[in-house]
Amino acid sequence: MTDIATMPRPVSFGRRIKRFMADRPLIPLIILLIILVAILQILRPGIVNERWLANTAKFAIPLAILAGCQTMTMLTGGIDLSVGTVATMSAFIMATQIVSQDPTVAFLLAILPAVLIGLVNGIGVGVFRVHPLIMTLGTSLIGTGFLQVYQRTVIASGAKIPDFLNWLGTGVTYGFPNALLLFVPVAVLIVFMLNRTGFGRLLYAVGDNERAARLSGVRYWQVITALYVLSSLLAGITGLLYIGLIKAPSLSLAEPLVLPSVAAAVIGGTSIFGGRGGYTGTIIGALILTVLTTLLTILQMPEGGRRILFGFIVLFVTAAYLRIIEDR
Amino acid sequence: MSRFFRNQGWVAGLFALLIFLFVITKLIQPGYGSGDFGSLARAVLPYAFAVAAQTVVVIAGGIDLSVAAMMALTSVTAASMMNGASEEYALFVVPFVLAMGFVLGALNGILIVVTRVPDIVVTLATLFVLQGAALLVLGAPGGAAAEWLKASVIGTAPIPGLPDWADAWVPRALVLLVVCLCIVWIPLTRSRLGLSIYAIGSNELAAFRSGVPVARTRIIAYALSGLFAAMGGLSLTISTGIGAPIPGPYLLASVAAVVLGGVALGGGKGGLFGPIIAVFVLRLVRTDLTLLAIDPNVTAIIEGLIMVAVVMFGAFITIRGRPAGATP
Repeated sequence: MTDIATMPRPVSFGRRIKRFMADRPLIPLIILLIILVAILQILRPGIVNERWLANTAKFAIPLAILAGCQTMTMLTGGIDLSVGTVATMSAFIMATQIVSQDPTVAFLLAILPAVLIGLVNGIGVGVFRVHPLIMTLGTSLIGTGFLQVYQRTVIASGAKIPDFLNWLGTGVTYGFPNALLLFVPVAVLIVFMLNRTGFGRLLYAVGDNERAARLSGVRYWQVITALYVLSSLLAGITGLLYIGLIKAPSLSLAEPLVLPSVAAAVIGGTSIFGGRGGYTGTIIGALILTVLTTLLTILQMPEGGRRILFGFIVLFVTAAYLRIIEDR
Repeated sequence: MSRFFRNQGWVAGLFALLIFLFVITKLIQPGYGSGDFGSLARAVLPYAFAVAAQTVVVIAGGIDLSVAAMMALTSVTAASMMNGASEEYALFVVPFVLAMGFVLGALNGILIVVTRVPDIVVTLATLFVLQGAALLVLGAPGGAAAEWLKASVIGTAPIPGLPDWADAWVPRALVLLVVCLCIVWIPLTRSRLGLSIYAIGSNELAAFRSGVPVARTRIIAYALSGLFAAMGGLSLTISTGIGAPIPGPYLLASVAAVVLGGVALGGGKGGLFGPIIAVFVLRLVRTDLTLLAIDPNVTAIIEGLIMVAVVMFGAFITIRGRPAGATP
């Protein structure tokens, strides 16, 4: 009798896969990553070696940090489209100020606009309740304007990449890219913050049910402001790392990373509606996108085709997750 | 009082602001004449169509983030089709591009209805896709426009029975704008469909229970948005003579003008006249800043700040306008 009571109802194969995907989203992601690497190896035998691994990691790291900004903001049901501009601003200011300033001063000058933009984003979203997408798009437009004015004032002084950033962005030690020295602490910090601290729990709470969170005493605007400042700060630091990797300061340096960063977070299982997801999935998402980009480059797919693909990935994955949630 | 403002009073006030700005312009630049007004009308053209595209979906209770990308795609399509083709061929290109906008817009709506993913995510995904498609059509700014199309926005439109001095103040671009908008908008607001669009925007459930075909209405609203965006894309190609695959700043501008024009971001309220006046206001502010000999890049910053401030204000009004205790 007890046998019958505890026996699970027969579940169809599709439902079981769905449940599996919902409970352990990391496993299918890792399988997908391995499949992509395998395809790469088949298309270009011998491409997957130590140097390729280091190179992939080097390019995945800035993307993964920016995708971390998206993950955290998405957990509250938001998005941060200003990360590209913020990263570009800090990179450009660093490269031009290092010529005449002390490194510490240059660093502070480079990080300052990031904090300011984050603050404006946070106040706009948290206090005035503007949709995060519109708000961050607006501040990124303003930021680009400031950068253009700034560029005029430093056009004579020239630019250079600080040796330290060069080492951090490009260098490889014992087969490991030096950028890991920055990334590992950042990743550990984000994961720790999201899973183990009160602030992280507040982000999930606000994203899951804002009204309930407010009624239970969460100061919404303070959480959101802190979140967007943190997101901008991370984006600024990514900019510094990225300039060491790309080595050519321009006014659209990190802009191509914005759309993939959103895609990476979505692929990693973070719900764009808030309340669900985590950073480990996002890291794998960033790796998948980096490998996918390599693959598409080998297949000679143009930039336009890549963007179309990223758009469909975001749409498809979001729709799929929506179905999975509804099913439970 | 606030209700009066939210209805016609708002648009009337906006109109007064526009006239006030014209007076200011005349004070700054005593020589400001009909020719300058013509160039203002030309500059307004793409913005006005972008705003019309945004207005339709916002009234229907949604938002379309793909407006600027849609304009870019239709613009490059028109430019590359007319490149090296005969003048008569353009007669085929214009309806083709308009139909393309309509169909792609409808696709937006269908994706929203079928996948049940929120409009903001779907149109973000289609933003990527359309941007990518624009890059595939034309990798770099190029193409051409037929001469008669270019001539259709330059100079003034002779209107019989009007004295010459008054005729000089009727630029062709303005006539084109008014005709294009009226052809679509006036039959729409007079029809059952227009009423349905307002109905689903103001209360979807009530509209559904009163027998409004919600899904079909939403798809048509997005299709009309695509149509207006295609007009915007065509006007871009016509006024510049080329097509550029990178979307301009039309998304934020369209949202700002919609808010400034008295259309509630929640949907169901407002008309097309207010947002169009708002576009003129925003463009005229830019003209004034240029006349004051302010660096164009600084102008871009000020413009961005104004738009963000407007959107923040609009969001603030929306919170205030809600009955107490409603879910934000």
